[in-house]
Amino acid sequence: MTVEVSELRVHYRTLRGSVQALDGASLEVGDGEVMGVVGESGCGKSTLGKSLIRMDGRMRHVGGSVRLGGEELPIADDRAMQRFRYHEVSLIPQYAMSAMNPTRRIGRMIRELLESRGVRYAEVRRELERRLELVGLGADVLKRFPIELSGGMKQRVVLVLSTLRDPSLLIADEATSALDVANQRAVAEALVQFRDRGFIGSMLFITHDLALVAQLADTVTVMYAGRSAESAPTSELLRRPRHPYTRMLLSAVPEVGTTIDESRQEGIPGSPPALLDPPSGCRFKDRCPLAFEQCATRPPFIEVASGHRVACWKAE
Amino acid sequence: MLTLDRVSKVYRVGTFGTQPLNAVRDVSLTVPPGVVVSLIGESGSGKSTIGRMVLRLTPVTSGAIAFDGRDVAGLSGHRARKGYYRHVQGVFQDPFSSFNPIFPVDRVFDMLRGAYFPGLSDTEWRASVRRGTERVGLDPGQVLGRYPHQLSGGQLQRLLIARALTLDIRLLVADEIISMLDASTRIDVLNLLGDLRAEGLGILFVTHDLALGTYVSDTTVILRRGAVAEMGPTRQVYASPRHPYTRGLLASVPRMHRTWADADAELDSAAGPCPVHSGPGTAGPVEVGPDHFVGCFSDDACPE
Ligand SMILES: Nc1ncnc2c1ncn2[C@@H]1O[C@H](COP(=O)(O)OP(=O)(O)OP(=O)(O)O)[C@@H](O)[C@H]1O
Ligand code: SF4
Ligand SMILES: [Mg+2]
Repeated sequence: MTVEVSELRVHYRTLRGSVQALDGASLEVGDGEVMGVVGESGCGKSTLGKSLIRMDGRMRHVGGSVRLGGEELPIADDRAMQRFRYHEVSLIPQYAMSAMNPTRRIGRMIRELLESRGVRYAEVRRELERRLELVGLGADVLKRFPIELSGGMKQRVVLVLSTLRDPSLLIADEATSALDVANQRAVAEALVQFRDRGFIGSMLFITHDLALVAQLADTVTVMYAGRSAESAPTSELLRRPRHPYTRMLLSAVPEVGTTIDESRQEGIPGSPPALLDPPSGCRFKDRCPLAFEQCATRPPFIEVASGHRVACWKAE
Repeated sequence: MLTLDRVSKVYRVGTFGTQPLNAVRDVSLTVPPGVVVSLIGESGSGKSTIGRMVLRLTPVTSGAIAFDGRDVAGLSGHRARKGYYRHVQGVFQDPFSSFNPIFPVDRVFDMLRGAYFPGLSDTEWRASVRRGTERVGLDPGQVLGRYPHQLSGGQLQRLLIARALTLDIRLLVADEIISMLDASTRIDVLNLLGDLRAEGLGILFVTHDLALGTYVSDTTVILRRGAVAEMGPTRQVYASPRHPYTRGLLASVPRMHRTWADADAELDSAAGPCPVHSGPGTAGPVEVGPDHFVGCFSDDACPE
């Protein structure tokens, strides 16, 4: 199903005021599409993920909307969201692996989770085992404890569990970040395989790792300080980035095998603005080498080529 | 400077500690001054255990670790150990856990003061902290006196390196220090390590990230199940990896402009015979080129 997030604004209430963690984030994911969501730490990626599934008590929906297959998701209404959660929209949270209860066998943990979501374990058990097999795990993992599994195995269990009801949208938040390259690849390929088999409709793949996005995402959205900066088909974004932030982000990643002596890369000077009191206009302006007067007003997020949107006054 | 000679570590696990777990097997390597050695391996490969043994946080089971020719395990007495830590310090993965959230970040420096600099006046001590902070590319005015939650992970990680630099360190054990940082901050921290290396610091850089480990490293050590699978000059290991495990890892590294499928296609299956088993019957890694060593190909490291 298609997912349309438009101008979504979700703030955190804190003692010192509201943190404008999402403040005009927009993206469109086509049916069956994998979209990578990237951006520096704190740019609102996880807040976006959480907003689409469950807002915690401190989060407040301030504006904008989310549509799933044309239907508006009642994201601010915790009870109304119940119907969508897990069945239609499912999340692999950041740090899912370390959140596993070490004293519960995997099978029992899965049973409890399923039952808490109104799914009868006996009914899905065969499908569960079939899917575990697809990701290279035997049914005997159900009898094991989390500590007996490697990080890669645990993450595959989490993947199977979170997609057992064939959700229309899966949000994978840093699902492979703690893994070594071999396991990272295995889990990433399993995600794509699940999409190909129709177990997952569309996917938001949240990560820091642009090279990983290059491997599995059809499209990419780059976020900056709570807003969408650029969105495009993956190869287009990697070859012809238009937003200065995207360009700088890409040039901060060294090519594998090159060394500092051969080609020294540079990070982006400065740091993202505090979202408690963000600057007006383009939020990147303090760090942007191209900034000029007009950047004091917020640039619209507009289409510059087919499927390619940019929020920058200097992007044509 | 730092030498590991056939170092092994066996943990006892199971109900009565009856099962041996060979976390590190027969690892030999050296870290000279001004050289970065990357220890690369997946979780459980023993890389952090090696770092911890170097920092004396856990004892070696067999083999020896020496710093400037002196056995590290044998450092007896408070003075000798303190002398060692004056030169050898560690920085770890999660910068937040090293800071106490209720105190300003400066406190991590102050903890060194009593032990190492009792003679310094307040002014001298503050100057030394500021110098360390500047050396890691931070503006002391922006970070000192602040609380941990007010700083980014990259800033905290740099402060921990700065703290090590206030001592007269010659070897830094950096265990997964970039894994919690984002791409832009990572490169800043890596560049900092590169600059410190140029000033003569030896660095044991422990990471699971094959892509970034090489950026600053002179020597790459690939660990598999506690044993050295392949070790050599970084350029050599990347350009002509010999061990099937290294070759597989290199094909799995996500790259911006090369798909995994293409990487597999480039990976010709003929890795050649296992140099250990086809060689003169040694147990450890075999030298296949200048300073380039390859361990046994068999799945369970070499027969013991
Ligand atoms: N519970 C909270 N209360 C107040 N502010 C919060 C809360 N959670 C997150 N924030 C703030 O919201 C902003 C967005 O955070 P978020 O976790 O969504 O970022 P992220 O892009 O997922 O970062 P990372 O890459 O580090 O996971 C940050 O400025 C963060 O400090
Ligand atoms: S709008 Fe201005 S400040 Fe923002 S990215 Fe474009 S040029 Fe830079
Ligand atoms: Mg996050």
